[in-house]
Amino acid sequence: MTGKELAEVTGGKILCGDPERSLSGCYIGDLLSLAMSRVQSDNVWITIQSNINIVAVASLTDAGCIVICDGFSPDEDALEKAKDEDILIITSEKSAYDIAKLI
Amino acid sequence: MDNLKLHYDVNGDDFSVAGENSSKVKKMLKQLGFSPDVIRCVAIAMYEAEINMVIHANGGFIDVDISPERVKVELQDKGPGIPDIEKAMQEGYSTASNRVRELGFGAGMGLPNMKKYTDELNISTEIGKGTLVELIVNVK
Ligand SMILES: Nc1ncnc2c1ncn2[C@@H]1O[C@H](COP(=O)(O)OP(=O)(O)OP(=O)(O)O)[C@@H](O)[C@H]1O
Ligand SMILES: [Mg+2]
Repeated sequence: MTGKELAEVTGGKILCGDPERSLSGCYIGDLLSLAMSRVQSDNVWITIQSNINIVAVASLTDAGCIVICDGFSPDEDALEKAKDEDILIITSEKSAYDIAKLI
Repeated sequence: MDNLKLHYDVNGDDFSVAGENSSKVKKMLKQLGFSPDVIRCVAIAMYEAEINMVIHANGGFIDVDISPERVKVELQDKGPGIPDIEKAMQEGYSTASNRVRELGFGAGMGLPNMKKYTDELNISTEIGKGTLVELIVNVK
């Protein structure tokens, strides 16, 4: 599945990054040091965290994308950094569970 | 070949750049052709140590020493020190403030991650003086 396809099926919005990025597997969680060890490369990482530190975690783990769920939006500096680092960020009104079901 | 040595200063309490040095090292290791496995181990362990420096110890400096056989990272801070290392090493133990917990820190998994993803983890700490964390990841 690509970022674009994920955004389509979940009714989410792509804020930055490459829509054609290929994605596989998923991790759901909001604690950064758990995500750090659990997120595998190309994973969809679903979280409600919206601060700049999620970009570092996604970049260091080679996550496929960050999906910020439950209607939250990334902080401005997080979005800027994600653009610089070419990290795909998708926002969605849906819950983590509902998004994961659709992957 | 001489070892490649890198030095970074880390600001305390600046969350916006926290983890940036780990990202730089990760990119460097990638350019040097290290395996994804080694890169992942270094990235996770160094990130956790770098973040701890920022959220618990007011920053410090990092020295990285890269050879074809292993990657060594030393992180020296001038923070409060760790009173009970054994306790600090336990999964779930954290003294993180509410402010940093709201950002997603404080799972108490940083030190356990450092242990899990390195071949060697050495911590020397002195109360009121600071902490030195040494991480070694061997190239298998
Ligand atoms: N460099 C340091 N200086 C002083 N205390 C530290 C340092 N590193 C760790 N500690 C202490 O050890 C505890 C455990 O650290 P650990 O990294 O495992 O968890 P955490 O940082 O609290 O949460 P997490 O890493 O999961 O976000 C910390 O809460 C803190 O009390
Ligand atoms: Mg920590």
